Amino acid sequence: MTDVIATRGLVKRFGRVTAVAGVDLRIPAGIRFGLLGPNGSGKTTLVRMLLGLVHATAGEVELLGEPMPRRAARVLPRVGAMVEGPAAWGNLSGRANLRLIDAAGPGGGRGRRQRVDDALERVGLGGIDRRPVRAYSLGMRQRLGIAAALLRAPELLLLDEPTNGLDPRGIGEMRDLLVALNEAGTTVVLSSHLLGEVDALCHRVGVMDAGRLVLEEDMTMLRAPTGRVLLRTPDPAAVVAELNGRVVERSGDLVVVRHDDPAALNARLVAAGVRVAELVPERRSLEQVVLELTGHGADRVDTSGNEARR
Amino acid sequence: MTGVELSLLLRRRRVWLCWALLCALPALVAVLLAVTGLAPPPGRGGAFLSAVVSNGQLFPAAALALVLPVFLPITVAIVAGDAVAGEASVGTLRYLLVRPVGRLRLLLAKLVSIMVFVLLAVLFVTVTGYVVGVALFGFGPDAELGGAGGVTSLSGAVLSPVDLLGRTALVVGYLALCMLALGAVGLFFSTLTDSPLAAALGVLALVVASAALQPLDAAGVIEPYLPTAHWLAWIDLYRDPILWPSVREGAAVQAGYVLVAFGAAWANFATKDVTS
Repeated sequence: MTDVIATRGLVKRFGRVTAVAGVDLRIPAGIRFGLLGPNGSGKTTLVRMLLGLVHATAGEVELLGEPMPRRAARVLPRVGAMVEGPAAWGNLSGRANLRLIDAAGPGGGRGRRQRVDDALERVGLGGIDRRPVRAYSLGMRQRLGIAAALLRAPELLLLDEPTNGLDPRGIGEMRDLLVALNEAGTTVVLSSHLLGEVDALCHRVGVMDAGRLVLEEDMTMLRAPTGRVLLRTPDPAAVVAELNGRVVERSGDLVVVRHDDPAALNARLVAAGVRVAELVPERRSLEQVVLELTGHGADRVDTSGNEARR
Repeated sequence: MTGVELSLLLRRRRVWLCWALLCALPALVAVLLAVTGLAPPPGRGGAFLSAVVSNGQLFPAAALALVLPVFLPITVAIVAGDAVAGEASVGTLRYLLVRPVGRLRLLLAKLVSIMVFVLLAVLFVTVTGYVVGVALFGFGPDAELGGAGGVTSLSGAVLSPVDLLGRTALVVGYLALCMLALGAVGLFFSTLTDSPLAAALGVLALVVASAALQPLDAAGVIEPYLPTAHWLAWIDLYRDPILWPSVREGAAVQAGYVLVAFGAAWANFATKDVTS
């Protein structure tokens, strides 16, 4: 499989601030990739560099196999993007906005009406009237932003916080839309704070912290069992007696046991006459993984000590 | 992209308001003159104002002289300052650039849209000036001298209406060039900041500074290169024969401003990090 995105030693400094500090990121074609990290960890700057909006201080970017920003004119028509929230000309209607964005780029006006209607239909704005975007709700703007990214049937979708401002039903719709697009062959890359979103949607995640890519891993690996089993039972004392030495932790009726095979553990407990109310292999949540790997976001500024100077 | 820019320009209420206000001021002056009959004596007041009462066909020139020093530069500053900074502040700049629109193409489209704005502004003022002038003051008694509708030039000779029309077209072109120079500077400032207001005020600061330096003898060396220095050369287009040297020099300086300012805008914008 080829990579749709490949960066090598990517660095961006703004004056004395290093926003991105040497990122080597590879995103293979056809997957759904989630980019995570606290505020100010460099996600947006990274995405801006991928799109040629911000010029790298050092390092290389390859997008769809072509060097950026040198080949921007050839690559970007094949990419749909939403960077740091949607934006539109507030005095014009959503449809007029899409027509102008469509007309601004290469490709000519043939089939424009159809393209715009299709994009609006896909994001659930098919029946939109002539109201100016100024009067749109946050959710409608968000949908319009995604419609703009979809206009030219891109091979790669780069979306920053695509579900921002959407209600739970809207979030579900967007998830379905992104899955459908992905299954039709579009590579989807999204950055989000909503770990649940990424958890539900992505095959693979990258975690950024303080300008570095601290993790790049498949979700199946992250979700692999930790080798511990969470056990809920009415008689915890009996469990401790039976599994002497394997019990890691006990609080009330919850016992944490070190054991690789939950099925065998269950059989052993039942054979010993211990009643089991609940038994699950422990898996790390994405939240745990991310919180372990990352520090505070740059939006938190403590008053004292080392924390402030991190 | 140029089509998109023009469409954006013409659908902006602010732009139409600028044009309407530009036309309203001379119209108001014309009505006041017609009602009171109190024209300033020759040599005082705005250029041509003393003459318009006797011939309405001169009113376009008077109207341009009225809006030129302050009003016209303000509208140009507003529109040009908004060019890139406005897109940056609402966020559409990044979406245009990833569409992708080449950065040079974007700047060129912006310059064309500013050009259209200033040309239409000057044209609208001229046309309303003519309509209002003729409606309120008529074709004037000079008609008997030089045939129907003849106008006395500033040098005393009589101009035919066709000659006058040609000269007025030249004036429109010349003033549009002057304003385009200002607009190009505004475009440059607009690439320096994400605030349209800051860019517009920068342009006005340039106009004020230039106007302040102009009468100063000590500034005589740079005087010919000040942006406002040649703004009044268009009056020479109403002399007979036309005094070309000042017009030509003015046009050269203004064209120089357009080139230098656009080059600066391009140099800055080509490698700029778009973080808006």
